[in-house]
This record gives sequence, C-alpha cells and structure tokens, in this order.
Amino acid sequence: MEVRICYLYPEMMSLYGDRGNVLALVRRAEWRGIAVVVEEVGVGEATDFSRYDIAFVGGGQDREQALIAEDFARRKREDLLAAVEEGLPLLAVCGGYQLLGRFYRTADGQELPGVGLFDAWTVAGAPRLIGNVVVESDLFPEGPRTIVGFENHAGRTYLGAGAKPLGRVVVGHGNNGEDGWEGAVYKNAVGTYLHGPLLPKNPALADWLLRAALARRYGREDAEAALARLDDAIEEEAHRAAIRRAQETAANGAVRRSV
Amino acid sequence: MDAKRWLALAAGKAAISISRRLGRGGSAFPGELARRLDPDVLAKLARDLPQGTILITGTNGKTTTARMVAKMLELAGFRVAHNRSGANMISGITTALVQAASLWSLNGDGRAADHDIGLAEVDEATVPRAARELRPRLILVTNFFRDQLDRYGELRHVAALVAAGIGALGAVPTQGGAGYAPAAILNADDPLVAGLAGAGGAGTGVFFYGIADRALGNAAGIQAADARHCVLCGESYIYDTVFYAHLGHYRCPSCGHRRPDPQVALVKAESRGLAGWFLCVATPAGEVEALLPAPGLHNVYNALAAVAAASTLGIPLAAIRQGLEGYAAAFGRMEVIPIRGRQVCVALVKNPVAFNQMLRTVMNEPLRQRPAAIGQAAVPGAGADDAPRDVHAADEQAPVGAGPTGRCLLTVINDRAADGKDVSWLWDVDFEQLVPRAGEFAFIHAAGIRAEEMALRLKYAGFPAGRLAVRKDIGEALAAAIAATPPGRMLWVLPTYTALLEVREVIHRWGFAPHFWEV
Repeated sequence: MEVRICYLYPEMMSLYGDRGNVLALVRRAEWRGIAVVVEEVGVGEATDFSRYDIAFVGGGQDREQALIAEDFARRKREDLLAAVEEGLPLLAVCGGYQLLGRFYRTADGQELPGVGLFDAWTVAGAPRLIGNVVVESDLFPEGPRTIVGFENHAGRTYLGAGAKPLGRVVVGHGNNGEDGWEGAVYKNAVGTYLHGPLLPKNPALADWLLRAALARRYGREDAEAALARLDDAIEEEAHRAAIRRAQETAANGAVRRSV
Repeated sequence: MDAKRWLALAAGKAAISISRRLGRGGSAFPGELARRLDPDVLAKLARDLPQGTILITGTNGKTTTARMVAKMLELAGFRVAHNRSGANMISGITTALVQAASLWSLNGDGRAADHDIGLAEVDEATVPRAARELRPRLILVTNFFRDQLDRYGELRHVAALVAAGIGALGAVPTQGGAGYAPAAILNADDPLVAGLAGAGGAGTGVFFYGIADRALGNAAGIQAADARHCVLCGESYIYDTVFYAHLGHYRCPSCGHRRPDPQVALVKAESRGLAGWFLCVATPAGEVEALLPAPGLHNVYNALAAVAAASTLGIPLAAIRQGLEGYAAAFGRMEVIPIRGRQVCVALVKNPVAFNQMLRTVMNEPLRQRPAAIGQAAVPGAGADDAPRDVHAADEQAPVGAGPTGRCLLTVINDRAADGKDVSWLWDVDFEQLVPRAGEFAFIHAAGIRAEEMALRLKYAGFPAGRLAVRKDIGEALAAAIAATPPGRMLWVLPTYTALLEVREVIHRWGFAPHFWEV
C-alpha cells in the first residue's frame, strides 16, 4: 500500500510548524507499513491533483499569501476543485483555509477572489484572534471528539449553506469569534484555523484523512484493515495537556463558550 | 532642581531596595513606579549620561552582546549603566537607569557624576518607544528570526518597528560639544537586518559586521523561510554561503540587492569545542585576535556585533580583545554551574534558531573527556529537601569513563506570555538531527507546562521512546536529571524564558547559583 501526499507551497506556507502535519501523516502511515511519498509543489508548478491521495496546505505571512492566491487561481484551481469533488482528502490550515474560501475582503473593502472550494468567505478584522482552542467535532463516525490547537488570525470566516463546520468551539474564538463554529468541511476536505501543528496531537483527525485516502484508492475494507491501532499514549497525553492549558488560559481572559 | 525627577528616582530606588530584601528580582516594578511619578524620568536620566546611550536589539543574542559590550566599555574606563538583568521592556530599562543614577551627587552642570554611558538591551517591540526616550547614539541590531508570532506578529512587522527606531535617531547633544553623530550597526549577513540600512536619516551613519570566513558556512541552503525573499523586490535570494538559518552571503538575482561588505569582518575562526573560539576580526582600526570563551556559531555573531559597537565608539583594540577574552556567560546563557559533581549548563532556547544552535552545541560535546576540575565543596543550602539525590555516589571514586556515559539533556518548555503561548515553534526545530545519533544520548527528559508537546515532537522526529521521559514539575525534573547524569559529565538544561526563571529559582533554593540581579 502507498499514500501519495501533495504538500502545497512548503516554502511559503509553513508558518506555524505546519510541517508537523505532513510529518504526522507520514509517520502514522509508515508505522503501519504503508509506503509514503511526499511531493512538494510550489509556485508556478502546474499539478495533476488526481495523482495524489492527500493534499495539504498551511498558513503563510501576508505577502506570501498574496502570491499564493494568484498562483492558485492561475495554475491549480480547476484541477484541485475537480479532485476534491471526486473525494481527494485535503487539509488546509489558517491562511490556506482562507484561500480556499470564496473570497477574502480586506480592511479597505477590496475582495480578493479565493479558490471557492469551501462555501465560506473571510473578512479582515481586528483585533487578531489568538489563543488555545478546543473544538468538539462530529466528523468522526465513532462519535463526537475534541480537536485541539492554537489559532492566530485577523480574518473572520463565515460559512455559507454549502459548507459544514468542522466543529463547535468549546474554548477560543474559531472561525469568527461570533457564531461559535470552527473550520469547514466539504466532502473529504477540511479547512481550519487550528495549527499547533494540528495532526500530531489530534491523531484521530490524522487517521481520518489517511482512512479517506486509502478507502478512495483501495476500498473501505482494505483501508480499515491497513489502519492498525497505534500506541497513542504520548499523543493522547499531549492532547489532554492542550485541553488543560486551553481551559487554564481561558480562565485568564480568553473566550470560553458553553457547549 | 527637578522635584518630579527626584521623587521618581527616590521611590524607584526604594522599590529596588525593598524588592531585593524580599528576595525578588523585581526588575519591572521599580521602573513602573518611577514612571508613574515622572513619565519623563527615563528620558531625563538618559540625557544625564555624558556619553549617551547604546541600544541593542534583535531576536537572539541581545543579552550576550550587551554583556560583551559592557565588558569592553568598562575595560576602556567607562562607567556603564546597563540593564544587566535582561529586563528589556521599557519598565526594566527604567529600573536599570534609576538604579544607576545618583540621587544626590550631580555635577555642576546637573549631570549624573557616577556613570558615563548607558547600555540598553531592548525588546524589539519596545524599540520605537525606547529610541524616543533614550535618544541613543547607536542602535545595534543582531538578527531577526521567527519568534513568538502570537506576541510580535510577522517578521516584517518586527523589522518595521526597529526601522522606526532607527528612523528616529538624531544628533545627540552633549554639553558644550558638537554632539554624537548617530549610527546604526547592522548584521550584514542577515538580509532583513541589512535591509534597515536605509531606515535612518541623512545624518545617521551605517556600519555593518559579518562573517567573511566562508569555511564556517555551507552551501546546503536555508531551512527556515524567514528571509528567503529579497527585501527590495521579493525575488528568491541566492546564497553562496549559509552560516545558519538565513544568515549568510546572499544576493538577489533580480534587482541585485546583495550582502553589503562589512566594516567589521570575521576573517578567521577556529572552534575550540566547548571552550569556545579563536577569532580574528578585522576592524577599521586594525585586526583583533582573541580567544572567545563561548561555544556556538551564534556566539561568534554576538562577539562580532560587540566588536562593531566598540569599534564605532573608538574603544582601543586592547580593550576589545580583553573584553572578548574576559566574557563570562550570564545565567541561562550557557553558564556552567557545578552541582554535585555534575556540570549543569543552562541555555535559554526561545525560538527555533536558538534551539537549533544549542542542539548543535550539545552534539559537539566530546563524549569521553576527563571531568573538569570543579569544586565539590560544601555549598550552603545544598541539603535542601528537594535537592538532587546522588544515585551515582558510588561512581565518584570510579575511574573516568566508567559507568553510563552519553549526552544528558533536559528540556523545559513553558507556554506563558513571555515564552510565546503558541508552542508550534517546537515543530520548526530540527530535532531530526539528533535521531541518527540517538544512541549517543543517555536520556532526554522533558519538563515544564508543555512537556508532553516536547515528548510528542521527539517521538515524531523519530527519537526512541525508551530514552525519553516526561516529568512536568521543574524542580523534580531537574533533581532527577542531575541524579541520572554521571558525575563529571555535562547535563544540558534547555529552558524557555519563564522556565529559565523557574530553573534559576530551584538552583538558587539548593544554594548553587547567584540571583540574576547580583550577576
């Protein structure tokens, strides 16, 4: 078995330890004896997304993000949309999440077009929304689970009818600090503001992406058989520590919502 | 007489004295109090320094560079008012000048009689304000690395803050004299820092320092995306040599922006392992050769920065050399403390670049060496209940090299405001470099508020879980790590900022280290 990962814009869009997300996918596949290929795709390179099993894009600084937005529109948009439409698992974090929405409206009212993968749009705002986040998500077939991470964004993202949220904010701000939702899900594509990086201390989400990837290529049964249970003691410890820390820091002034 | 200034000074000094008696560092509160009583107190005190003030900023190396400059100035006969404690926000700087200023003895012209020159290491975000109040004659910038994005925002924003400080530089008046022409001293090898050259006004001088000796670099390319793109046109730089991170010899193939030729240049450097470096530095006044007792390439940059500042001030070469050779590390900047026969080396790691540099230094420690002749004399307070128990007591009579050997490392990761609340930066540290040589480690212990995140990072780097242990409480973890370290060997302790303060408290409680304000 093999998983082919497309790491989009690794040079420019890896602001908050985002490499750790790719590393988590790689390790968790390798530990199960699944071969992994990571291909890095940068600005100016056209890509056939149907060749991949998972795509990842992280967050960047403002200047890089403007370059990426243009590159997405010019070279990758149609192909990526088609691949996600037929089930390509994708994770987009922070700036990458914003770029995959319909548009980003800057502080002076200008609308920068996005890829339009998620029925979501983002409006620049102040102050920045910064801090630990705990989300409760219904993404997983086995029942609701917490997802933990750290957010740091000025944009406020709002979801249209065509996007489901990744989950409900328990601690932190989430998409916009107003409606209590965090992230977006469309088919097997997940967008979120949570970095940290996200996947190492949310192994269930990492495995959700791997499961979708393997099921798409090898069928559901073989995917289940290949994804043997791992010893996630250290992962679960880090996950619990992040929840504890979010609750402690929330007590010191951050937003906290009741579920 | 300025009653407000006097009152602020008197209250500030009283607060310093009280907080010391209470056994607290208290670096911020006295300055805050003084500023409450006279908002202009820092500006007034800075004006009273006859030789003006030097401001040192940048992401890494501020404390070490400032200590080296202080030593050189003192050797040249200056009396230096310096925020040695490393408290580098506006209140901490005020505390330092309040402490240095004299309450009673003013010269005939009203200037302080007991200090000649001010030396302030300044937090990057505080630079515009500090520059306005201190009116420095020199601003020295060490480097810009990604650091605490939750606090400072993006790197370009940090560079803009420092640029504003340089832009505010003006001629500094002296009593009866022509005044000092202001100058910026910039790291030529960091494109983001060198890019500040145009930030000053027409009267502001610009001096560069950098490494000329390419033998210290490699052409392997740069890891971090901090400064990949030309500060002028956005094109990707070509690096002919990289020393570490994005420091190196760079040029832009599109607009031609390139590393400027430094006036103060490292011509040659030979590593002496953990003992430090032999350096040969070219300055406009001639070459300086010195033994720098501090390992790590980052300390070579700190030394170059200090030489550049001293050289710009006209300090004699002999004082510069002696200043380098007499450098003594501050607590938490690789100061080695003998505890129970072990050498405990505590080094602050506050961002990926600093952490990578320290990991490199740890990996360069020779594995089989004679234990250094360090005192095992009775230390007051060493019998405290939580002091490390000595599981290797029997080994102490054993021949050198017997018993367990290997590198011993304790990481202490906190996520308070001063550490950066976002620990994602740990994932940008190159722990993968440890993995091929994981067998050389006796252990890596993880402590602090986010110890679990560190363990997770090491697991995903591929470090064997059997050599890892998590013990969150810093005192317990330090005692256990010391006990697990064979006598005579080095225990590397790598804490984030607030973790460093806790480590210091623990070591002090055991009776081993000076409080930082006594250093």
